[in-house]
Amino acid sequence: MTSWTRTVTGDDGARAATAGVGSSDAVGQAPLLQLRGIGKNFGPVRALTDIDLDIPAGQVTALVGDNGAGKSTLIKTRTGIWEPSQGQLIWQGRTVHFRTPRDANAVGIATVYQDLALSDNLDIVQNMLLGHEVLSRTGLLDEISMEKTAKRILQDLRVTTVRNIRQPVGSLSGGQRQAVAVAKAVMLDARLVIMDEPTAALGVSQTALVLDLIERLATRGIAVLVISHNLTDVFRVADRIAVLYLGRLVTVGPLPTSTRRRQSTG
Amino acid sequence: MASVNPKGSTTTAAPAEEPEVITTPTGSAELLAGSVGEYVRIQGRRIRSGESGALPVVIGLVAIVIFFQAKNSLFLSAGNLVNLMAQSSFIITLGMAEIFVLLLGDIDLAAGFTAACGAVGALWMMALNDPWWAAVLVALAGTALYGAMQGIIVARLRLPSFVVTLAGQLFLSGLLIYLIDQTGSIGVGGVIQLHNNIINNIAGGWLSPTATWIVLLIIVGLAGLAMFYSDYRRRRAGLVAPPLSITLLKIAAVIVAGVVVVLVANTNRGRLITVEGMPWVVLVVLAILFVWTVLLGRTRFGRYIYAIGGNAEAARRAGINIVRTRTLAFMLCGLTAGMTGIIYASYLGSISSNVNGGQNVLKAVAAAVIGGTSLFGADYGSGAGAHRRGSRTSR
Repeated sequence: MTSWTRTVTGDDGARAATAGVGSSDAVGQAPLLQLRGIGKNFGPVRALTDIDLDIPAGQVTALVGDNGAGKSTLIKTRTGIWEPSQGQLIWQGRTVHFRTPRDANAVGIATVYQDLALSDNLDIVQNMLLGHEVLSRTGLLDEISMEKTAKRILQDLRVTTVRNIRQPVGSLSGGQRQAVAVAKAVMLDARLVIMDEPTAALGVSQTALVLDLIERLATRGIAVLVISHNLTDVFRVADRIAVLYLGRLVTVGPLPTSTRRRQSTG
Repeated sequence: MASVNPKGSTTTAAPAEEPEVITTPTGSAELLAGSVGEYVRIQGRRIRSGESGALPVVIGLVAIVIFFQAKNSLFLSAGNLVNLMAQSSFIITLGMAEIFVLLLGDIDLAAGFTAACGAVGALWMMALNDPWWAAVLVALAGTALYGAMQGIIVARLRLPSFVVTLAGQLFLSGLLIYLIDQTGSIGVGGVIQLHNNIINNIAGGWLSPTATWIVLLIIVGLAGLAMFYSDYRRRRAGLVAPPLSITLLKIAAVIVAGVVVVLVANTNRGRLITVEGMPWVVLVVLAILFVWTVLLGRTRFGRYIYAIGGNAEAARRAGINIVRTRTLAFMLCGLTAGMTGIIYASYLGSISSNVNGGQNVLKAVAAAVIGGTSLFGADYGSGAGAHRRGSRTSR
């Protein structure tokens, strides 16, 4: 399987190096996250076999495959929900073991799950800062600074369809909820954002909103891993594509320039 | 509207996009409105689309008042109204206790008897001539501990709170009889009397009319300042804030409500002697309400309670310690139930083994639910802002 693996080619390296303001200096060097020989068993069931995958910073990697191919399992081994049975994870050149999701969060891996993990009854600001609230000197919540932070992140990500960031998340559309979940990840200084089926339940304009957001993340130098079974969306936004079939990585590599709609910068 | 930038380029000067007009009825009308007129229009639209907030409760209350006043013209008399305030005080406090666990999606069916048992403990100590504050502290510590115990069983062992607290209710109803029995000659005939003037005065005593006006001035003054200042800070920070006219209207409404209540309380309601002034119990309940509202609405812990109630999985992934938060919530429920017990003992002058803890709990839960708390955990659909939930039970 290793023969299918390709590391960052000169083409991608050049484009990544000319990415806009805010891209980290990790771009152009070794990939941010490398999977080597990852395997996962559930008893006699082999969910994943011998996965070698590189996730470079500043680029959008798409993980595609039919249902049951092992996409979600791969994500869960990567974010500390399950430990891989074999193989190793190499983060920024160092081997790491994630025992809990918090370990993964601590190094800068943020996952936006399909269910978004948002509390419907809380508003956008409260959701974005859940678990990371800012306290004022009196020990009470510093609502003003939290709201300013949330507003700034949303503006940075050009999420402008939400007029009132104090409205309950339950009243937002699917695309807006995705945007809030992604903004939450960005706020925590994530270096790698993993999105599990971000456009699965969205309409046309909402899908466009989310894909826009994904591109903007990559421009900021964040590595994005998108799991999707929607090839149209994948071709619109991905720089690299990895195909999973029955737990094995069938092919991985940069998207051919002719099918890639996203133009290079500069 | 989101627009896909056709060039896909990352120019830093993105074209300014039109803000989308919110057509859904949700979203705080205060923050969306730019003026009083717009505020009224937004509220009207919300009510028409079914998001009526507290309006049905208010209309129901008005209907009840009209009905009973028609039946007995003494209903709206000062004496009766003040009596109602004192009578409902302990249900309101018990409702506040229940809110902590209702927000989590749990329930505490034992709270009524927790209150009674705590009160028996306090009354016993006071009958033995211990200082009243020691008796109250011991009672509150005991009920809080019991609440924490229920919380540990629910949160750690993951048993349903309905079952655990129902068992608690049965256990405590027996414990109540046992405790009163154990007091020997103090608790004769299944009733233990209250022998302390200070505690007795909570429900039985009242402030002088002058003191009542002063207290009103202080409360309304502070509330008005707080509202004005918080909106002012928001405007200064460049955030969306309610227009000044709305803020002033809210302050005016608080002043009017306060003045009305004080006028009612200061009217002579005694028959043989002059009885004028606000009963202490109203202030006690208001104080508890204020502290718990701040705790639920303005602290991290309170925020986590709402988060767990809304989506426990999201809270877990955000790193919130679910077990600890739930246990603490049950402990606070027990603590507030203890306070209820003291207020109840003050109102009745005694605690008997006939206390209907089960029925009291149902009334308390009803008070919380009518006030806007959902029985199914924190639920945004009721239309109230998170920080207003705690204050709803006073209806």
